[in-house]
Amino acid sequence: MPPLSSERAARRVLWREAVVRDVVVETPRARTLALDVPDWPGHRAGQHLDVRLTAEDGYQAERSYSIASAPELDRVELTIELVDDGEVSPYFVEVVEPGDVFEVRGPVGGHFTWSADSGPEPLLLIAGGSGLVPLMAMVRHRAARASTVPTTLLVSARSPEDLLYADELVDAPALSIARTYTRTQPPGWTGFARRVNHDMLRAVAPAPDSGARVFVCGPTPFVELVTGLLVDLGFPPRTIHAERFGPTGGTS
Amino acid sequence: MPPVSRGFLGRRRPDVDPARLPPGQYFTPDFPVLSAGPTPHVPLAEWSLTIDGAVDAAVTWSWEELLALPAEELTVDIHCVTKWSKFDTTWKGVSLDTLLEGVETEADYVTAWADGDYTTNLPLEDLLDGKAWIAYEYGGEPLDPEHGGPARLLVPHLYFWKSAKWIRRLTLTGDDVPGFWEAAGYNNYGDPWREQRYWND
Repeated sequence: MPPLSSERAARRVLWREAVVRDVVVETPRARTLALDVPDWPGHRAGQHLDVRLTAEDGYQAERSYSIASAPELDRVELTIELVDDGEVSPYFVEVVEPGDVFEVRGPVGGHFTWSADSGPEPLLLIAGGSGLVPLMAMVRHRAARASTVPTTLLVSARSPEDLLYADELVDAPALSIARTYTRTQPPGWTGFARRVNHDMLRAVAPAPDSGARVFVCGPTPFVELVTGLLVDLGFPPRTIHAERFGPTGGTS
Repeated sequence: MPPVSRGFLGRRRPDVDPARLPPGQYFTPDFPVLSAGPTPHVPLAEWSLTIDGAVDAAVTWSWEELLALPAEELTVDIHCVTKWSKFDTTWKGVSLDTLLEGVETEADYVTAWADGDYTTNLPLEDLLDGKAWIAYEYGGEPLDPEHGGPARLLVPHLYFWKSAKWIRRLTLTGDDVPGFWEAAGYNNYGDPWREQRYWND
């Protein structure tokens, strides 16, 4: 074993009981759960946590979910989208009510994180579907800290009905938000209506040599596509942070 | 006792042998992808694999030289720290026993280096005696780039982040140096059967 600093040695990640304080319907397929987690150690924007559900007969199921809330909030929020044929997400999206209890463990993850103290470099956030969740934690953290870091958020959603946090996605000083609706657009829509491509990134993103920190989160094919486009455009690969979820499709 | 989550029934899969699932894992027929950055694409003509560090002489194989080594086919279960497990995955690759044959070292640890600046650390003994491979085929096909192709380390008895994608270099060391995820709070060893996900698990 390597020598452990006392801080690291103390950092055992514990299971804690979380009580559902509030449930918010975000879209027909997604809900936000606001949790009270006693002794929550705090998190950084972009981190996730593990959840553990226990059935009456003792059967347990665990999953990992991104944290949606800013570290500054006094509760922990998860936004969970229904996975077709899933075991755990239907419980969170269709069953859970305020007062219900389950366990959480975290926060987890140190790579896909951004802090208002990270530096003045621009921030480029690109979300596919529910990949918006950890990026929203960054946007909310940025707002809570009144950060002026130039920030661009590009969100790809299938339709307006699928867009998470729609009311909260408004431009602010040094914050530019772009949407693309890949399948269904609102009436009169003149914005992007296709998958992310080179032209879209050229139109919305800071220059590849701007030193921007880039975070891309979404389904695996989306992240593979977007990170490839960013590398094509000249963004240094080591500045591109990626978080993928779901299957690749074809390999099983 | 953990609290009962009201209304949670769970879905036990009669087709999944619970004895094959390490604690906290769930079965998936899919093959999810977890990587910290863009998928690198290195032309095979520029690809090489090197064993260096605390060795008498560093060894390097080109792509053709790796393919010319005796290969093994294996079927293993894999376990990702993000909680999915996949059963009966089939691979073809070169055993680390073959690659380390004739390498003289007193090192106890290995840092695996991959394209994309990824590293992970393992005890050397976990790479020996038929426990680890450099794999270049999955399911009878060349390994997809997003799953680590052209070649990845395959150490199925540890959580799958130890099976570094896009492997390029194994550096043998006297000291144990935490790698990319290990330095970010993940477990230094990562035994799924002892559920060593995070530091001090």
